[in-house]
Amino acid sequence: MTAGQDLEPLEDEALRERLERVWAHPTGWRGVLTAVDHKVIARRYIATAFVFFFLAGVLALLMRAQLARPESHLIGPDRYNQLFSMHGTTMMFLFAVPVMEAIAVYLVPLMCGARNICFPRLNAYGYWVYLFGGIMIWIAFAMNVGPETGWFSYVPLAGPEFSPGKRTDFWAQMVTFTEVAALAVAVQLVAQILKQRAPGMTLSRMPLFLWSMLVTAFMVIFAMPAVMVATTFLITDRLVGTQFYNPAEGGDPLLWQHLFWFFGHPEVYIIFIPALGMVSQIVAAFSRRTILAYPAMVLALLANGFLAFGLWVHHMFATGLPRLGDSFYTSASMMIAIPSGLQIFAWIATIWDGKPRFKTPLLFVIGFIVIFVLGGLTGVMLASVPLDLQVHDTYFVVAHFHYVLIGGAVFPLFGAIYYWFPKITGRLLDERAGVWNFWTFFVGFNVAFFPMHILGLLGMPRRVYTYKAGLGWEVWNLISSLGAVLIAVSMLIFIINVLVSLRRGKVAGDNPWEASSLEWATSSPPPIYNFLRIPVVTGREPLWEGDKLPVMSGLGETERESLCVSIVEAEPDIRQKSAPPTVWPLLAAIATTVLFIGSIFHEWAVVWGAIPVAITLCGWFWPGRPTRKALKERSA
Amino acid sequence: MIRQRIVGDLSHLPDHAFGPRSLMWWGILGFMLIEGAGFLLAGGAYFFLVGHVQPWPPGQTPPTLTWGIVFTVVILLSEIPNAWTNNQARHYRDWPTRIGLILMSLAGAILLAIRFLEFQALNTRWDADPYGSIIWALMILHTVHVVTDLGDTLYITIVSFIWPFDGGEYSGVVDNCVYWRFVILTWLPIGALVYLGPRLL
Ligand code: HEM
Ligand SMILES: [Cu+2]
Repeated sequence: MTAGQDLEPLEDEALRERLERVWAHPTGWRGVLTAVDHKVIARRYIATAFVFFFLAGVLALLMRAQLARPESHLIGPDRYNQLFSMHGTTMMFLFAVPVMEAIAVYLVPLMCGARNICFPRLNAYGYWVYLFGGIMIWIAFAMNVGPETGWFSYVPLAGPEFSPGKRTDFWAQMVTFTEVAALAVAVQLVAQILKQRAPGMTLSRMPLFLWSMLVTAFMVIFAMPAVMVATTFLITDRLVGTQFYNPAEGGDPLLWQHLFWFFGHPEVYIIFIPALGMVSQIVAAFSRRTILAYPAMVLALLANGFLAFGLWVHHMFATGLPRLGDSFYTSASMMIAIPSGLQIFAWIATIWDGKPRFKTPLLFVIGFIVIFVLGGLTGVMLASVPLDLQVHDTYFVVAHFHYVLIGGAVFPLFGAIYYWFPKITGRLLDERAGVWNFWTFFVGFNVAFFPMHILGLLGMPRRVYTYKAGLGWEVWNLISSLGAVLIAVSMLIFIINVLVSLRRGKVAGDNPWEASSLEWATSSPPPIYNFLRIPVVTGREPLWEGDKLPVMSGLGETERESLCVSIVEAEPDIRQKSAPPTVWPLLAAIATTVLFIGSIFHEWAVVWGAIPVAITLCGWFWPGRPTRKALKERSA
Repeated sequence: MIRQRIVGDLSHLPDHAFGPRSLMWWGILGFMLIEGAGFLLAGGAYFFLVGHVQPWPPGQTPPTLTWGIVFTVVILLSEIPNAWTNNQARHYRDWPTRIGLILMSLAGAILLAIRFLEFQALNTRWDADPYGSIIWALMILHTVHVVTDLGDTLYITIVSFIWPFDGGEYSGVVDNCVYWRFVILTWLPIGALVYLGPRLL
């Protein structure tokens, strides 16, 4: 076929049939267990993360029920400890980070114009490990061995002396599970975004969502090892008597704090930066214009990523660091407001300058901007040491981080769900229900969390299971709990909207929002091979460039292949084999689970548990083609 | 469906390449970054503890140098067969690549044996004090990498004798050589922390 020639529809039909044969996969149960399609894995990932979100939300409701009245006897202190620990742990490790990565697993290959994610089996493995880790901790919680020392499990409270039994060990291993899963995705995102973009999608033409995920993936790679080191030290302190955190032998609990927050602070940005990318996509699509100041936006994302690593110490102001240290981290903490502020200006200007359509996704974005600015303000307040010392460990902090996390990540996430739901399912979510969903969430959120600022200033400490009457806390707590109920109502609206729209929603078509990035260039939902031919990119907004999409043929049409390109200029370079479906990632994940859980009970499980892992890895990489012997016999 | 215009054909592209052009190289780079970050943080923890435990080591003899030196010399020397194997694979030489893989498997096994002796001569226990804990942690961390690479090399070696290699697998051998280089290089700072730190700090 010569370049530039127009296509006959019949050729498309023949090609479609051929692609379906090449990318065929088992159906039924075998299909479920062997899937390596990034869209299938991502759908499961997103659904699983939302299940954990709702579970943790139920725990939050229980806490708010307990705190609604003073001296309430609904929940005892020990159970309450587990509630806030499980809530925080589930929200951070099993919901927020995974859901962002899950959406990336769905979208990044599509935005890159790729046929599948770059390491399909690693992708499946990561999902299974995440699923098993989450199930493990929830079963442990149900059996009364759930975590009890908060989501950051400070030693010595979490050490062998003050947290006997297995509760904290389960927590520490849950962290290991989720970090393995998160790292698996991060490695893929880096390789995918750098090596497997559409031809012509140079770095300077990459959609901002891809930039945000690239930054996030690098942050995961540098931050997550810290918490793995931290929890490994913790678990060996508890199980085999190492002395890392034991002050009696010269160890130091502050080591835990440093290691944990070296991860924990970037963690917030690992949740937040993907949200920034989502917001940019949504703003562009609904303002019908390209985002203003693209280079500055990219730089701001990079700056966010770098600065986030300088900031961990601001969680430790109360530990009495040297004076100079304090000032340094104060100014660094305040500096991070600059790139965030810049992005907000660019979005507002883009909306202003465009022809905005205020559909539900854009509503959530505006809700995000409002809440985030408020949360950022309290954050800058907390960055100043004297104020931090006053409100340290009070409800002011609880209010602050919910403003940042829910405002900064959950609102954009909901916008993203409304925006990409039609791509994933082929049907639109209902707009009217969406507007209700938004307003109940927005109002409920502020009613639930604004009073917590006041409670904090009134001196109410966090992590208390009850409080005495007459301190002036009753009203604010009651209001806060009512707000939580309104959030629950909002979530019910959301769930019903999703369930109903899945069956009866308006059929979306390829590009219901007339957006510009490549995921909208294929059908909704996309076929297993994603694109009939590989799209070629000539500008920053490929689908707004002209009425015919330039494409390249000849890839993945005779065997499962994906395209590798040069990193900067995205010139086609290699036809890379793409792995077919297999059950081995699942088996490897099961073996990994046995190893991790075994090590909670016996240290040597790390050694004998490695054997099944090694075996399953061999199965994973087994070359499925004629052996030397077979070839020799054949030729003879 | 959006209308399309064919502007090129990709079927003539090669199906593999070596080094940074290969996808797997980037995957492995990702894992090296992760592990490198882990090493750095463990090193950070080491210096943090040095600040808290004085003297360093607290009343113990530092790890005996003998096996540490032997290990360091052998692992540095292993770069010779490593580089050679790398070169053979890049030229698609069947037998030499397989021989190189056998040599590298042997090197890994010998190093593990030496490592076993090193553990006998650390002169401290992991549960003695934070000093002992971090020394053991660093050693185990590095040993895990030696074991991982040995496992990987053995596996490729066996595969190479049963199946004829294709281009992608030659490229995989090169990536394995890169990873081994990482194991060699990370040993230098870790070995210094384990053997020299207790003598100099
Ligand atoms: C949607 C409604 C939510 C409600 C009503 C809620 C409520 C609460 C409450 C009352 C606490 C304080 C418990 C205490 O200190 O005694 C808390 C803690 C926490 N929440 Fe939420 N939360 C919600 C959503 C989220 C989300 C979406 C995230 C993260 C993405 C999150 C992360 C956390 C964390 C990390 C803690 C700290 C746990 C600890 O102290 O260890 N929450 N939440
Ligand atoms: Cu922070």
